[in-house]
Amino acid sequence: MRQALSGTAVVIAAVCSVLGTARAETLTIATVNNSDMIIMQKLAPRWEAATGNKLNWVVLEENVLRQRVTTDIATKGGQFDILTIGAYETPIWGKAGWLDAVDNLGADYDYADIFEPVKNGLSADSKLFAVPFYAESSFTLYRKDLFEKAGLTMPEQPTYDQIKEFADKLTDRSKEQYGICLRGKPGWGENMAFLGTLVNTFGGRWFDMKWEPQLTSEPWKKAIAFYIDLMKNDGPPGATSNGFNENQAAFATGHCAMWIDATSGAGRIFDPKQSQVYDKTGFAKAPIEVTPNGAGWAWSWALAIPASSKKEAAAKSFLKWATSKDYVKLVGETQGWVAVPPGTRKSTYDNPDYQKAAPFAGMVLKAILSADPAHPTKDPVPYTGVQFVAIPEFAALGTTVGQDIAAALSGKQTVDAALKSAQDDATQTMQQAGYIK
Amino acid sequence: MAKIRGKSSTIWRGGVGWTSALVMFFPIFWMLLASFKTEIDAVTTPPLLFFTPTFENFAAVNQRADYFAYAWNSLAESLGATLLGLAIAVPAAYAAAFFPTKRTKDLLLWMLSTKMLPAVGVLVPMYLLFRDTGLLDTRTGLIIVFTLSNLPIVVWMLYSFFKEVPYEILEAGRMDGARAGAQIRLLLIPLTLPGIASTALLSVILCWNEAFWSLNLTAAKAGPLTAFIASFSSPEGLFWAKLSAASTLAIAPILVFGWLTQRQLVRGLTFGAVK
Repeated sequence: MRQALSGTAVVIAAVCSVLGTARAETLTIATVNNSDMIIMQKLAPRWEAATGNKLNWVVLEENVLRQRVTTDIATKGGQFDILTIGAYETPIWGKAGWLDAVDNLGADYDYADIFEPVKNGLSADSKLFAVPFYAESSFTLYRKDLFEKAGLTMPEQPTYDQIKEFADKLTDRSKEQYGICLRGKPGWGENMAFLGTLVNTFGGRWFDMKWEPQLTSEPWKKAIAFYIDLMKNDGPPGATSNGFNENQAAFATGHCAMWIDATSGAGRIFDPKQSQVYDKTGFAKAPIEVTPNGAGWAWSWALAIPASSKKEAAAKSFLKWATSKDYVKLVGETQGWVAVPPGTRKSTYDNPDYQKAAPFAGMVLKAILSADPAHPTKDPVPYTGVQFVAIPEFAALGTTVGQDIAAALSGKQTVDAALKSAQDDATQTMQQAGYIK
Repeated sequence: MAKIRGKSSTIWRGGVGWTSALVMFFPIFWMLLASFKTEIDAVTTPPLLFFTPTFENFAAVNQRADYFAYAWNSLAESLGATLLGLAIAVPAAYAAAFFPTKRTKDLLLWMLSTKMLPAVGVLVPMYLLFRDTGLLDTRTGLIIVFTLSNLPIVVWMLYSFFKEVPYEILEAGRMDGARAGAQIRLLLIPLTLPGIASTALLSVILCWNEAFWSLNLTAAKAGPLTAFIASFSSPEGLFWAKLSAASTLAIAPILVFGWLTQRQLVRGLTFGAVK
């Protein structure tokens, strides 16, 4: 009798567990308002219909989202089941135990198809903590018509000296045409994203192997002085308020001859709805100076599952769907191939439909594959990350240094004074955090 | 001579009034204009005053987010917080205005000083409290926060209106046997109704526009219109036209509400000032 009872109990438990795993879940997903994510939101009902699960979307601006999600994760608030997270936070949060590892999405999920540098950027302690949704590097966009008119030729990989030469020739302030548009808005993800790559290729680094800040070293001085001189002579006025969007708007409306920024800008400049120069734009690699290391940045937006989520199985099923080859195909077929999330999968770049729709694909691929977060500088460094340093202290430090340099750009202080102040801030930050004594 | 001076000063004053009104209204006008532009028109320099209007931004905004769900949250949270706030503040202001002690002024000043505390300073403790009480992403939670954050202003405004009421009127009521509740209900509230109404209106407007707590304590369910607006800003890609359309939709109800009640609002705010 007892045996029969316990047998029944086992059967009931098994049925419950089957029902439990099959139970429809409602997941909350936090994401940013970027065009690739908007498409994901548009297509997600297909996943909902296939699985019976439901998604609640929380869409926020990048910085607001970062703060919102950090509060929730740090306090184990459990408000979110899926997060959109960048390449900077992923390794830090993964190490802190805030994220579930996602290297076990099943045998039918093609991990080998994902580009190695992108995977590396989202891993910590050899575990993958987020699956990439799209990835980008930086490169040079230029106006083919203006170059032709001025009798100039853009090489496949220009040097910064050449960029300066071109910019000087193409600036015509009477027509509000500026030789170059670069980021000037202070912030670790704003002006410092570009300046990080500039300093790298000028041979500089944030820290030496003992974590001593190097911001007053010769490469930093040369790079920042070059940037400020270039922007003063050939950049648009009020550049300290220009970030990605402002420069995209300026380039798209014909005010910039060159623009060095995210490869994800290419799809937007190629879209006639968003750009007046869609048929006049050419692409070249990110410029270099003394070293090719770290000349173009490495960034990705990825999907992760916070450790506080109680709906891990359903969340994993969504991650698997939204970052799969099939999803890329679905976007291509329903939204047009130029709109597929770029930079993550080899199969996307092998696809003839994509190659035809996105003439910039080859250049983007080269940029992404050559941006190695593990070897970002000429001299060895103790950190990873090309345009950022993957330590928790960097977001605040990068923004402070960005403000110092913006002050130099607006003429409020000299380059030397700005870098001295930046060095002092960096030293203090690193001392307080215990990296140096 | 005096007449001429009077006339020119009226013109001058009218000019200043109109100029400041136009300066204040301009951003709203520009937002409205941008909401009917395409994304590329919205960022063109020099800015376009004449263009072919389009409704595509409003269509896109409605397709991506459920405006009415957010608007309902805004309405419920603003009205709920205002009613709860008044229910607490009326007795508090009554006590402070008519039965002051040595510490009443200090107490009122202390209440006001809490408004000077940067909200972000208490974000983490508040988040933990909300997490433990299950109030995260609930309308009740936001109503409580809005009530508490506006309470100092509501109490202060009511206090200044109640101070205008002669104590003798309440005393006469007491002689007729009215207890505190009856005095408030039958004498104080009817006498200061314009003041209470303008306090309530101001509280509704403050709640409607509150963004910090609305963004930080909500996720998918209880977000009001400020969270709706925030979802259309982006660091990558053009978004001004869509953001303007979302903002226009979000401020439209409170703008109409403000216009309809402006007479009441101004009357209430200047109530007692001409005595």
